[in-house]
Amino acid sequence: MSRLLVCPPDYFAIEYEINPWMRRSNAVNSDQAVRQWHHLMQVLEQDVGAVLDRMKPVPGLPDLVFTANAGVVVGNKAVPSRFRYPERQREEAYFEDWFRGQGYEVVTLDPGHFFEGAGDLLGFPDTWFGGYRQRSDIHVFSTLSDWFHREVIPLELVDNRFYHLDTCLCPLSGGELLYFPPAFDHYGQEALAERIAPPRRLLVPEAEALRFACNAVCVGKHVVLPAGCPETESLLTSRGYLPHPVPLDEFMKSGGSAKCLTLALD
Amino acid sequence: MMQDQETVLLQGHIIDSLILAKVLDTILMMGGTFDLQDVQIGKTREEPSRARIIVRASSAKLLSEIVHAIQPHGASVESERDCRLAAAPADGILPDEFYATTHLPTQVRMHDQWLEVEGIEMDLGIRVDPVSLTARTIPMGQVTRGDLIVIGREGVRVIPLQRPRDRDVFSFMASQVSSERPHGHIIGDVAKRLVQLRAGFREAKAGSKVLLAGGPAIVHAGGREALTWLIDEGFIHVLFCGNALPAHDMEVDLYGTSLGYGHAAGRVVPHGHEHHLRTINRIRAIGSIEAAVTSGVIKTGIMAACVRRGVHVVMAGTIRDDGPLPGVITDAIEAQDAMRAAIPGIGLALLVASTLHAVATGNLLPATIPSVCVDVNPAVPTKLADRGTFQAVGLVMDAASFLRDLARELGWKP
Repeated sequence: MSRLLVCPPDYFAIEYEINPWMRRSNAVNSDQAVRQWHHLMQVLEQDVGAVLDRMKPVPGLPDLVFTANAGVVVGNKAVPSRFRYPERQREEAYFEDWFRGQGYEVVTLDPGHFFEGAGDLLGFPDTWFGGYRQRSDIHVFSTLSDWFHREVIPLELVDNRFYHLDTCLCPLSGGELLYFPPAFDHYGQEALAERIAPPRRLLVPEAEALRFACNAVCVGKHVVLPAGCPETESLLTSRGYLPHPVPLDEFMKSGGSAKCLTLALD
Repeated sequence: MMQDQETVLLQGHIIDSLILAKVLDTILMMGGTFDLQDVQIGKTREEPSRARIIVRASSAKLLSEIVHAIQPHGASVESERDCRLAAAPADGILPDEFYATTHLPTQVRMHDQWLEVEGIEMDLGIRVDPVSLTARTIPMGQVTRGDLIVIGREGVRVIPLQRPRDRDVFSFMASQVSSERPHGHIIGDVAKRLVQLRAGFREAKAGSKVLLAGGPAIVHAGGREALTWLIDEGFIHVLFCGNALPAHDMEVDLYGTSLGYGHAAGRVVPHGHEHHLRTINRIRAIGSIEAAVTSGVIKTGIMAACVRRGVHVVMAGTIRDDGPLPGVITDAIEAQDAMRAAIPGIGLALLVASTLHAVATGNLLPATIPSVCVDVNPAVPTKLADRGTFQAVGLVMDAASFLRDLARELGWKP
């Protein structure tokens, strides 16, 4: 059983521009966004069998819907995010309150270094990957590695369209890695190639990477991903996964998709 | 070759992620260099690795650009402290715990910035002026009560020599002391340097002067004509010697002997041992070597060439000197200061056939100045290296053969 934190899109909108996808002129169709979000929740609960914890949306915090950036949860410990942009820093207190309210032991990073939660920290049970340069600072990964006794391989994100690690890389439950190599510099690409054997590397084509095919939620053999990524779906199918495409284009206006809308709690 | 440097620390999973490789590549690609110090590799996958990296660049601006470029990859600048100072307790006395210099480029930290220590030379103290923010080496004897002197090692850093870009014998920066090794290529490389330096000297480029410190064996062994030619051709700009080299050089001019031996015939001349005394007496009567040359009394040889070419000559006397000749400095500390004052601007030092002057000059030279020590006795270059002048290339050969080969290489036709 997999537990995920989500937040309904009651106040979701484009109110500022902090990544190349966001344009205030490209307004969100709120009804459509709500419909797409509920569809995603339905797939997660009914098809995938995940348990959802819903947090209360807050007026004036349009991006609270992207709970992947709340922080990271490891066992009963939660490390809340330290956002780079002031626009999202206001979310920190709400996420931290939620973790405390649920009984998590909240461990906080030193101020001065940015860390955007599960958006930039993903991995397999023994090895984690940390995306840096766009949003999170590389320094936080050695701290997290110390706290949780895990290897954390930092990867520099070099294309600002893929501003969080979860926009271009998705570890799958069977040890495969779904990713878009050009989002990383050649050191990062080589470090990944060193770590993951060729048959386990699932390389997403650029057109689908730009639809955020990598922003997928993997629970067991189920993979929930944005609709419109047929090649990625066949890659997944060929490795025995069950893809669940969900239309999420209203959230793409803000530079987010399936994975950004959830935070794994166990 | 002066370099600015900063120490940075990198930690985490820096090996498998290739972050360390990326940081080092970035330093090199931007034109810097690095020294990897204390690399600790994690013993297990979970354990982080650590690296301490000294980053160097040719200017403070480039260094700051490099450090700025590697910081986002986790390199953090190691915090450094200012150097410690103490006031000199009395004239001529350094405070206890004074920092003793090496002859390598050195910097001291004051108010969070690194200051270049000027006048670098081994075995001195460092005096700091906290108002003008400057630091300079100071010999013990020149200390004035109250001078602020660097103590301890904190906030002091010594910068190792960078390998020179020229790929010649000096690029190895290691003493080759053996009579078994071929000399030809070393002499060839010295000749090439002399040609470059003479061109630089003519264009008034800094660091283009050539210093020769030599003993009287140059004259006895038959190197006088070759050295005279080198001076006349403008290859030598500073001469360090004692009383004997000029005495015997001028003895040849006046009597045709050196230390009483017929210079051409190679036989002892009756009463020849008096010749050098008579030479010294004659020059003392004239008043100076310069006057002896300009008045036409001394017409040939090393000193005549020095006067003609305006070579800066420092003659330092010793306890066994006869006379001495006018101009020989008999106070050892005064002589040291005069030699020290002639060091700035030197780009190559030739230490030929004099243990005393080779070691004395070696003590004054910063390690950045390429040097050659030529002596027929292998103990001399060895002694020089043992006393710290490790940059000197040792050449075990007769002084005259060296000077003649060198001059021939440069076009001398005896």
